[in-house]
Parts: sequence; C-alpha cells; structure tokens
Amino acid sequence: MIFLHIGVYGMARLQPRINIENENDFTIVSFTSEKILEETQIQALEHSIMPIIEQAQTPKIILDFANVRFLSSAVLGLLIRISKKVYQKNGNLRLCSIYPKIFEVFKITRLDKVFDIYQTREDAVK
Amino acid sequence: MQQQINLKTIVIPSSHGRICDVCGRILSELKCNNFSEDEVFGIHLAIEEALINAVKHGNGADEAKQVKIDYCISKDKFEVNIADEGSGFEPEAVPDPRVGENVFKASGRGLLLMKAYMDQVEYVARGTCVHMIKYKKA
Repeated sequence: MIFLHIGVYGMARLQPRINIENENDFTIVSFTSEKILEETQIQALEHSIMPIIEQAQTPKIILDFANVRFLSSAVLGLLIRISKKVYQKNGNLRLCSIYPKIFEVFKITRLDKVFDIYQTREDAVK
Repeated sequence: MQQQINLKTIVIPSSHGRICDVCGRILSELKCNNFSEDEVFGIHLAIEEALINAVKHGNGADEAKQVKIDYCISKDKFEVNIADEGSGFEPEAVPDPRVGENVFKASGRGLLLMKAYMDQVEYVARGTCVHMIKYKKA
C-alpha cells in the first residue's frame, strides 16, 4: 500500500487536504476536511483529483467520505464532473463511508442512484 | 418577514469567505436555542445554499454588491430572509435536478435542498429575496 498526504498545491490555503492510498488496483482518495463548502476549497479539490484520473490509463477511484460531516451542493457538482472524467476513460468510480446525514443529501438529489456507493472502504475495495 | 422583536440583521459583501461567518453565527444561536442536531444540519445546508445563490448568481460575486440577512430565532421556529442586489430570477423556471438528464448536471441542486430541509421556502421581490422558515420539533 502506498500512502501519500497531499496538501492542495498552488493554493494559498492548505485546506482542504486529501489522502491518497493505493489498494487492490484502486486509488483511494480520502477527504480529510470535516466540511467542504467554499468554492476555493472545491476548486482546490478538483485541481488535486483530476490529474490522478488523467494520469491513469483506466482510472479506478474510490472517494472516501469518512471524515466529512458537511458539504454543499457544489461538492455534488464536483462529483458529477469527476464521474464524467472517470467514465470517459472507461474507469470505475466508487464512493464510500458516507455519513448518514450526507447520504440523505444524496437520496434527496437522487444521486444515490447515480453513484456506486459502499458502506465501508473495505466493501469498496473488494 | 413580520416585524419581530428579536429580528437580527447581518449585511455582507458578496464574498464566499463571509458566508462561513454568517452560518457560524446563526448555527451557534440555533444550538443555544435547543434546535436539534438534525434541524441545525438542515438549516445550515439551506442557508449555505441560499447565501451561495445570493453571492454567486444574484450578485455575480461582485463584492461591491451586498447580501442582507434578516433572521429571527424563537422558541418554536427559525425564520430568515436572504436578499441580494441582482436582477432576480424565476424559481419556477429552475429545472428539477432529479429528472432525466438533469441528474447528470453539475449544478442546480441548491433550491431542491433548501426546499427539502426547510418547512417553507418562498422567493419574493422578483426572486431577489428568499424567505425560509424551519419549525422546531416539540
């Protein structure tokens, strides 16, 4: 398993951060911020995650939400953009460990039917 | 919003950075007034989305333009008006993000979430001001 801790490059603010690990051919991107709200935060995440997808021939990505307790609808937009990028390359995108209150947001917007969502990271990497 | 004794007003420039300050202040007061964790989560999401709409879509992120927040927290409800200086919009014209290809669009979910988490959401003044109410569960 390779473990990296990445601060968002090129941004004056260090938040948000993501952790990147590799397991079972999957690249696991963990959001380490409890709240993902601000546009600058979301842009920074996009600038960090998109290159991972672009560099992979067939990206297999897991987005781990275990630390996230609050997000805005703009994050859902980011997830849509990530998914389009992954599927353009015939890749695989999984979401896991979504806090129940946030999962409710996915249900309200019906994105629970769009994304491949797993309860735990262990389930997602199988 | 009707004339209320404990009405508070905050005015901010159209800056995303200031949204966090407003939410923090209101959430703190909601907690002090014994709103439940679920209610605070829902109100947070709704005001966050409304403030983003006001700053970004209403005022075009022009910091010379202001967003005015009038709110009132009583023992049984939270009530808020969020007004921008934009030209307004027609809420009825916003497509349902849950339907058909809209579900794959990257934007357009804010209004849906505001309606889902608040008991009352109403746009007034040609869509430049949103009025929302959340009743506290007994």
